[in-house]
Amino acid sequence: MTTVFGIPTQALFGQLLIGLINGSFYAMLSLGLSVIFGLLNIINFAHGAQYMMGAFAAYFLLQWAGLGYWWALVIAPIVVGLIGIVIERTMLKRLYALDHLYGLLLTFGLALVIQGLFRNQFGSSGLPFQIPPELTGGRNLGFMILPNYRAWVVVFSLVTCLATWYVIERTKLGAYLRAATENPSLVQAFGVNVPRMITLTYGFGVALAALAGVLAAPIYQVNPLMGADLIIVVFAVVVIGGMGSIAGSIITGFALGIVEGLTKVFYPEASNTVIFVIMALVLLVRPTGLFGRDR
Amino acid sequence: MVTASGTAPPVYGTLTVSGRHQVVAFAIMVVLLVAAPFVIYPLFLMKALCFALFACAFNLLIGYVGLLSFGHAVFLGSAGYTSAHAAKAWGWPPELAILGGTVTAGVLGIVIGALAIRSKGIYFANITLALAQMMYFFFLQAKFTGGEDGIQAVPRGVFLGLFDLRGVMTMYFVVLAIFLGGFLLLYRTIHSPFGQVLKAIREHEPRAVSLGYSAERYKLVAFVLSATLSGLAGGTKAIVFQLASLTDVHWTMSGEVVLMTLLGGLGTVFGPVVGAFIVISLENYLAQLGAWVTVVQGVIFVVCVLTFRRGVVGEVARLIRKPL
Repeated sequence: MTTVFGIPTQALFGQLLIGLINGSFYAMLSLGLSVIFGLLNIINFAHGAQYMMGAFAAYFLLQWAGLGYWWALVIAPIVVGLIGIVIERTMLKRLYALDHLYGLLLTFGLALVIQGLFRNQFGSSGLPFQIPPELTGGRNLGFMILPNYRAWVVVFSLVTCLATWYVIERTKLGAYLRAATENPSLVQAFGVNVPRMITLTYGFGVALAALAGVLAAPIYQVNPLMGADLIIVVFAVVVIGGMGSIAGSIITGFALGIVEGLTKVFYPEASNTVIFVIMALVLLVRPTGLFGRDR
Repeated sequence: MVTASGTAPPVYGTLTVSGRHQVVAFAIMVVLLVAAPFVIYPLFLMKALCFALFACAFNLLIGYVGLLSFGHAVFLGSAGYTSAHAAKAWGWPPELAILGGTVTAGVLGIVIGALAIRSKGIYFANITLALAQMMYFFFLQAKFTGGEDGIQAVPRGVFLGLFDLRGVMTMYFVVLAIFLGGFLLLYRTIHSPFGQVLKAIREHEPRAVSLGYSAERYKLVAFVLSATLSGLAGGTKAIVFQLASLTDVHWTMSGEVVLMTLLGGLGTVFGPVVGAFIVISLENYLAQLGAWVTVVQGVIFVVCVLTFRRGVVGEVARLIRKPL
C-alpha cells in the first residue's frame, strides 16, 4: 500500500474528499451570509436553521408529493427563499433603523423557534434520505474510489458559487447591488428600488442556504439540528475570509474544509477546533479577515 | 445604539440625583431575596441568583459599553469546571474553589478579550462566539472535565471554615451574599468615573478617543471584569449544584444570558436580575415540555426585539421616569 508521510493514501484522499465536501457547504453557507451581510448589515443567525429547512423541504417533497431529489433541488430553495422574504418583509424590515445587533438577536430567536418546532415534530434523530439513482455508485480513480454523489456535490456547489460571484461582480444587477452596499440612499436616488433589492437579496441568501441543505440531505441525515453547530463554524469561516467579501468567503470556505480534512488525518484531536484556531491567528494579524476591507 | 435613552443618570458629585430610587429599589430587592427562601424552593432561588449575577456581568458589556458578547457561557462554564475540579479532585474548600474558578474566568477573559476587542459590533459578537465554541470543544475533549458526563458529586464543603454548606439555608445565604457582592461591585463600577468613560465610549468612541481615553484599554478592562464576575457566578453555581457540565459552556447558554438581559432591560441596573428570574422560572415551568422551551425562548427573543426593546425594567423606569 502506498503511503504519504506515513499515512496510507487511501485514508489521506478519503479525508481530503470529506474536507472538500465540508468545504463546499462552508463555501455555500458563508457566501449566503456574506451576500446578506453586505447589503443588510446583519448576521443571519437563522442561516443554519434555513439550511436545515432546505433539507426538510426535500424530505417533505419526497414523502408527501412524491417529487424526488431533482425537483427538490429546484423547489426547496424557492420555497425556503420565499419564507425568508416573508421574514424580511414582516420582521427584519423594522430593524434597519436600529443597531445592527438587533438583527442578530432577532434571527437568533427565529433560529431557536424553527429548530425547536422541528425538534418537537421530528425528534433529534436523523431521517434518512436516499441518494438519487442517477448518482449512486462511484468510479475508481486508481488511488481511491470517488463516490459519484460526492463528486456531484463538490462540482455543483463550485458552479453555484462561481455563478453567484459572476453575477455580483460582473453584471449590471451585481453593480447595483454593490453600489447599494456602499451607499443605499444614493442608489435609491438614482431610481433603483433599494428596499425591494434588499428583500430579494435576503431571499436569495436564504435560498442558497436551502440549496446547500438539499445537497446535504443524502450525505448527512435530515436532522432538525443539522445546521445548529455548523453555522458557528461558518461564522468563523466568514470572519477568516473577511465579512462581506464574496470571493473571500468562497475561497476560505473550500480551503478551510480541506484544512479541516487534513487535520483529521494528521492530528485528529484538533479537527474540531482547527478552524477556530486559524480564526484567532488571522485576527491577530488582520482584524478585518483575509479578504476583508475596513468598514 | 443598543441602549434605550435615559440609562445614564446625570452625575453630580458622587451621589447621583437618581441614586435614591436605586437605593430604594435595591433595598426592596434585598428584602425580597432574604424573605424568599422561606416561601420558595431555595434551590430554584439559588439557580436564579447565579444566573442573575451572570446576566448582570454580561450587561456591563452590552448595556454600558455596547459590546454584544455571544460567547459569555465560556466564562460561566470554565469557572464551573475549575471550581468543581478544585473542590472534588484537590479537596479545596468552597471559597478557594470559587475563587479559583473566578480567576480562571478572568484570565480567559484577558485572552479572549484581547483577541476580540479590536473589532466592533457584529464582528465582536461573531468572534466571541467562535472563540467560545473553540473552548467548548476543548472542554469536550479534555480529560478532567469528564466529557459528556461532566464533573458530578462535587462536595460543597464548609465555607470559610464556618458555614457548613450542606445546610440548604446556609448555602442560600452564602449565594445571596456572593450575588449581592457582585451586584454592588458592578453598580459601583457603572457609577464610577470609569463607568462614565465606558458610557462615553459606547455613545461615541472616536470622541472619547479624541479626549485622550484609550478606548481599547477601557473596553478590555470592562471585558475582563465582566468575564471575572461571570466566573464568580459559574463557580458558585458549580458548588451549589455539585455539578459542572457541558451545558454551561455551550453556545445556547450564551444565548440564554442575552435573552435574560434583553428581557429584563439592556443597560438597566436591575433588568438582568429580573430577566434572569423570569427566564429561570419559565424554564422550570416548561421543563417537562422538552423542546418547547427553546420555542418559547425564541418567541420571547423575537417579541422583545420587535416590540419590547426596553425590557421589563426599562419600561418600568420609563413609567416612573427614573432610571433603575
